[in-house]
Amino acid sequence: MKRLLKWIALMAIAALATGCASHQPYDYAAFKAARPRSILVLPPLNESKDVKATYGMLSQVSVPLAESGYYVLPVALVDETFKQNGLTTAGDIHAVPLDKLQKIFGADAALYVTVTKYGNSYQLIDSVATVEAKARLVELKTGKVLWTGSAVASNANNDSNGGLLVMLVQAAIKQVVNELSDASYPVAGMTSNFLLSAGRQDGLLYGPYHPMYATQ
Amino acid sequence: MKMKMRHYFKPGVVLAMVLAGGLTGCASGPQPLYQWGSYQPELYKYFKGESHAAQIAQLEADMQKILASGKKLPPGFNAQLGLLYAGEGKDDQAMKAFQAEKSAFPEAGPYMDFLMSKKKG
Repeated sequence: MKRLLKWIALMAIAALATGCASHQPYDYAAFKAARPRSILVLPPLNESKDVKATYGMLSQVSVPLAESGYYVLPVALVDETFKQNGLTTAGDIHAVPLDKLQKIFGADAALYVTVTKYGNSYQLIDSVATVEAKARLVELKTGKVLWTGSAVASNANNDSNGGLLVMLVQAAIKQVVNELSDASYPVAGMTSNFLLSAGRQDGLLYGPYHPMYATQ
Repeated sequence: MKMKMRHYFKPGVVLAMVLAGGLTGCASGPQPLYQWGSYQPELYKYFKGESHAAQIAQLEADMQKILASGKKLPPGFNAQLGLLYAGEGKDDQAMKAFQAEKSAFPEAGPYMDFLMSKKKG
């Protein structure tokens, strides 16, 4: 019995060890070399079917980035500056050369965000608002990619009480409510917070205004 | 009975209780760096083209609360008010707001200088 227990324990440790080895932590070498203080967030590219995605996301990036310790350039002003230069679509904005961005905005790094999912999906027994986004942080001086990340959030119903008929009716109601109440907007807030908060695994490093700056 | 008492106060158990007590202190989490008021919801309203006057009123009220609590306005807050003032033709107030953003955050310097130079022209 004792030998069997010892064997099980050894197998468990081996399984844990290989489990830990399979996750490759993000390589922060370029990020640490650059140590950007300020971030220019460009209006997000929208690959979803919902036109509200770009500004739904853009209006909710400032808090997580600033709370991570970065100076975030004021997003509405940045958007206006692009508009006044004839750049109204995110696609055009994302194509602006880095040296031009640095000259006008004077930021250390630019954040290129793409929203890949935004909006409601009717899934028979639930109506779910999902927001998924990915981002790339690029040093303006060198063009180096400092960091990439992605996140997804939804307002899926975790409560499966009530029979099938109840769930069908609730889903239909929730679909209408989601549509009328712009349900993706708060979900985008969750996605943005998770995507852009420092301190999580493979997340952004803490910025200069954060007490934990340069501790990672 | 005596043996049971000794069991509960074994060193390992005491250490676990102390750690648990210490950890619950961490449960409340670190303080946020800034107070934001309705900055983000007002940004969304801006992008949706809603009334500038209402946004100014809300942000000015938030600003009073934040400053009264002794905190600094977060990145972009002054600048957003500047944008709204400029939209209402209140150029002097806009310039003051951009200058305040620059004073609070040196990293804002180049962009605020750019905006202020455009206003003067």
